[in-house]
Amino acid sequence: MRAAVAALAAPPFKVHFMFCLRNVLHAFVLLLGMASAALAGPYEEALLKFTNDSYADTDAAIGSVARSGNPLSLDVIEALRDERLLIGSGQVFIRRTSGELINAATGQAWGNQVGEMKPVRVNNRVRRAIEAALGGLTLLSSDAARRLEAARAVFRSRDEAALPTLEKAIAQESLPHVRDALESARAAILLIRPDAPPMQKLASIETLRIRGDQEALALLSNLPSNAPSEVVAAAGKAADGIRTHLAFWEAFQSVWYGISLGSVLLLAAIGLAITFGTMGVINMAHGEMVMLGAYTTFMVQELIRTYAPGLFEASLLIALPLAFLVAGLVGVILERTVIRFLYGRPLETLLATWGVSLILQQGVRTIFGPTNREVGTPAWMSGALDIGAMSLTYNRIAIVVFAFSVFASLLLVLRYTSLGLYVRAVTQNRRMAGSMGIRTSRIDALAFGLGSGVAGIAGVALSQIDNVSPNLGQGYIIDSFMVVVFGGVGNLWGTLVGAMTLGIANKLLEPYAGAVLGKIALLIAIIVFIQRRPRGLFALKGRAVEA
Amino acid sequence: MRTQPLFDRQTTLVLSLLTIAAILVPAMNGLVPRGSALHLSDHLVPLLGKYVCLALLALSVDLIWGFCGILSLGHGAFFALGGYAMGMYLMRQIGARGVYADPVLPDFMVFLNWKELPWFWHGFEWFPFAALMVLLVPGALALVFGWFAFRSRVTGVYFSIITQAMTFALMLAFFRNDMGLGGNNGLTDFKELLGFPVQAGSTRIVLFVLSVLALACGYLLCRWAVGSTFGKVLVAVRDAESRTRFLGYRVEHYKLAVFTLSAMLAGVAGALYVPQVGIINPSEFAPANSIEVVIWVAVGGRGTLAGAILGALLVNAGKTWFTAALPEFWLFALGGLFVFVTLFMPRGMIGAAGDLWERSSQRLRAGRSPEPATHAAE
Repeated sequence: MRAAVAALAAPPFKVHFMFCLRNVLHAFVLLLGMASAALAGPYEEALLKFTNDSYADTDAAIGSVARSGNPLSLDVIEALRDERLLIGSGQVFIRRTSGELINAATGQAWGNQVGEMKPVRVNNRVRRAIEAALGGLTLLSSDAARRLEAARAVFRSRDEAALPTLEKAIAQESLPHVRDALESARAAILLIRPDAPPMQKLASIETLRIRGDQEALALLSNLPSNAPSEVVAAAGKAADGIRTHLAFWEAFQSVWYGISLGSVLLLAAIGLAITFGTMGVINMAHGEMVMLGAYTTFMVQELIRTYAPGLFEASLLIALPLAFLVAGLVGVILERTVIRFLYGRPLETLLATWGVSLILQQGVRTIFGPTNREVGTPAWMSGALDIGAMSLTYNRIAIVVFAFSVFASLLLVLRYTSLGLYVRAVTQNRRMAGSMGIRTSRIDALAFGLGSGVAGIAGVALSQIDNVSPNLGQGYIIDSFMVVVFGGVGNLWGTLVGAMTLGIANKLLEPYAGAVLGKIALLIAIIVFIQRRPRGLFALKGRAVEA
Repeated sequence: MRTQPLFDRQTTLVLSLLTIAAILVPAMNGLVPRGSALHLSDHLVPLLGKYVCLALLALSVDLIWGFCGILSLGHGAFFALGGYAMGMYLMRQIGARGVYADPVLPDFMVFLNWKELPWFWHGFEWFPFAALMVLLVPGALALVFGWFAFRSRVTGVYFSIITQAMTFALMLAFFRNDMGLGGNNGLTDFKELLGFPVQAGSTRIVLFVLSVLALACGYLLCRWAVGSTFGKVLVAVRDAESRTRFLGYRVEHYKLAVFTLSAMLAGVAGALYVPQVGIINPSEFAPANSIEVVIWVAVGGRGTLAGAILGALLVNAGKTWFTAALPEFWLFALGGLFVFVTLFMPRGMIGAAGDLWERSSQRLRAGRSPEPATHAAE
C-alpha cells in the first residue's frame, strides 16, 4: 500500500517510464529509512520530520538540517521561510520561485505540478528557528550585506548552535562594521549561556556597552537569574551607561523634532508676519493660502502623472513657482477687492478674511471633494539618515533646509531689493513713507501677494507631511498667529525665534506632559507671555507702535 | 453727562416683540390643534429656544464689542462653560437611570473605570449650586483672563488672538478623557431638570419661555449698563482709549467689569441652551463658533443690542434652512455674509435701516420746507 501511495506521488503527466520507476524506488528507499534510521544520513532523517507537519517536529528539523552541512540545507530553510517547502506522500519538495519543483532530499527536478502537495506550515516559533538557522548558514556567505544581516539575526535569536560558525566567521571577517555585528552577536550568546566563564561574560558586557543601543540595553537588563554577582554588577553598570547615552540621544532627537516642527511653523507663519507686519492686517485666510499651495502641488503631480511621468522626481520643484503664483495671485485679488477698503479697521479685516477663508475652503471642497488627496513623495525625499541613535527622515531634513532657505531669501528680498525697502518703510511708518513718495497702496498689494505666495510655497512643503484636505489651513492658523504674536511684528527674526522656540518647547514638553497637555501648556504660556510683552519678543519701538 | 432713559422706543419694541414670542410660541404649540397651518410642531420649540439662547450670546458679545471695542473671539468658551455647569447638574440628576445604573457616577466615568467622583463634581447635584456655577465659572475665567490682559494693555487684534488661543486651549483640554467631563462625547443623555423630564413638550415650552425671559432681562441689563454713566465711559474707551485714560478713568477696571458681565451673560445663555439641545461637548469651544457669533452681531448691527438679537435669529434661521436645503452652499453664504457685511453694511441691518429712515425723513422734511438750500447743494 505504501508503494502505491508513493506511486501516486509521482508526477502524473507525460511520464517517462524509467524515470517514474526510479522515483518510485527512491521513495521506497526513503520509506524504508523511516522504519530504520540507520539507512539514511542525518539530513534525510531531518527532512522526514517535516512531513509530520507538526510545529515541534519542524522546529527540531530546522536545527538538524542546518547542522547537517548538506549543500541543499540553505535552500530548504529559505523555502520553508517563504512557504515554498512542500510535502506530499511522505516526501519533501522545494518549489523554486520560478515554479519548478525539486526533491529536497536528492536535488532532482520534479516537474512543476504541485497537485496534492501542501506547504509546511510555520508559526512564530518556527520562524524564530528559521531566522536563527539562516543566521548560522549565511554567516559565512561571501556577500558582506548577507553576513551583516545574518549577524543581526543571530544577535536577535541568540541561538547557541551558531556559536562555532560565529567564531569562524569572526576569525575570517575583514570588514570592521560586519565584525562588530558578529562580535555583538557572539557577546549576546555568551551572556545568556549558563556555562560560559565569567571572564567571557564580562568581555561580552563590554562589547554590548560599546554597542549601546536599545537592544543591548534590553539584553543587559534581562540577565538570567543565576548569573554570577560580578556579572550582574557589571551588567547593571553598563546598562546605566547605555541609558545615559540613550537619554542623551533622545534629547537630541526631541530637539530635532522640535526644529522640524519649528520649521513647519516658520513656513506657515512667515508670510503672515509680512502681511501682519506691513499692514497690521490679520489675514485669517492665510491658512487657506497654504492649502491652495498644497492643492497646486496635487494638481501638478496629477498632470505630470498623466502627461510626463518622467518628470515626477522634479514635481515639487515645478510646483514651487506655480504655488507661489497661485497663492500670490489670490492674495493680490483679495487685497484689491476686500482688504483695501478696510484699512484702519483691523477687526473688520479679521472678520472679512475669515469669511474669505470659509469661501475658499468650501470652494476647494466643492471642486476637489472633502477627502484627503494623495500627494506623492519623490524618491530623493524618502528614506532616512541615521546619526548615532537618531533617525532623521529625508523629507523632514528637506523641509528644515527649505524653511531656512525661504527665510533667508525673504530676508534678502526685504534687505536688498527696492520692494523690500518700501515694505520696511511702510511697516515702520506708513504716513511718513507715503509722504516720501512711496505708493503705499501698491506696496500693500505687493506685500500681501508676497506673503500669500510664501504661504503657497509653504503648502508645497506641507503637502509632504500633512494630509492635503480642505481643512489643511485651519490646523495651522492658530499656531502661526501664536508664532507671530510671540515673535513680534515687523521683524522676520522674531518669527524665526518664535517658531523655533515654540516648536522645540512643544517637542520637549511632549514626553512629560503628553501631546495635548503640552500644547495647552504652551498656549497658556503664550497667553501669559503676551501679558508681559504685549508686542512680542522683537517689538518695533518708537512712535510706529501706537499707530 | 446725560444718561439715556431706560425705556426708549427701541427697548419698548424689543420687549414687546419678546413678550409676543413668549405668548405666541406656547399658544401655537399647545392651543392650536395639530394639522392647522398655525400649529407649531414640537421639534420647532427647542429649535426656537436654541435661537433665543444664541441671541443672548450675541447680546453679550455686542455689549463688549459694540460698546467697548473689545473683540472677543473666544466668547464661545464662556457659553460652553455655562453649558458644562448645567450639563454637570443634569448628569447628576440621571442617577441610577444611566446605562450602567451607577447611583453616583455618570456613565462615562463607569466606562472609564473610575471609582469615585472627582472633587469638582461635588455640589452639582444641588441646583442652586449649579446655577451659581453657571455664573461664577465663566465670570471667574473672564475676571482672571481679563485682569491679566487689560492690565498689561493687550488690545485690538492681539486681544482677539489670545481669546482665540484661550478657547482653543480649552477645547483641547475638554477633549481629554482625563479632564473628567466626558471627553470627546461630552455630557448627554439627560433625563430630568428639577424633576421635570427634559424631553417632555411642556418642559420645552417652559424652557423656551425662560430663555425669552433671560434674553429680555439680559437686554434690559445691557441697556441699563450702556445707558448709564458707566456705559458712556465704555463708549469713550472704544473711541479713544488713551484719551479716556488721560482724563483719569481707570480704563482697565471698566473693561474688566464689562468683560466679566458679558462672560456671565454668555454662561447663562449656555446653561439654557444645553437642556434644549440635549448635549454639550467640546466642539462648542471650537474657535470657529466664537467667530460666527461675531458675525451675527455684525449682521444685525454692532453697538445696537437689538441688532445682536436680530442678527443671531436671522443668521441661525438661515443656517438651519441652508444646511437642510443646500448644505453645499452654507459656507459660501456664511463667508459671503462676512465679506458683504464688513464691506457694505458696517453698521449692520439696524444701522442701514436707521440710515434709510433718516434719509427718507430728511427727504420728507425737505419736500415740506420751502427752501431746501442745504439739500439742493448735495
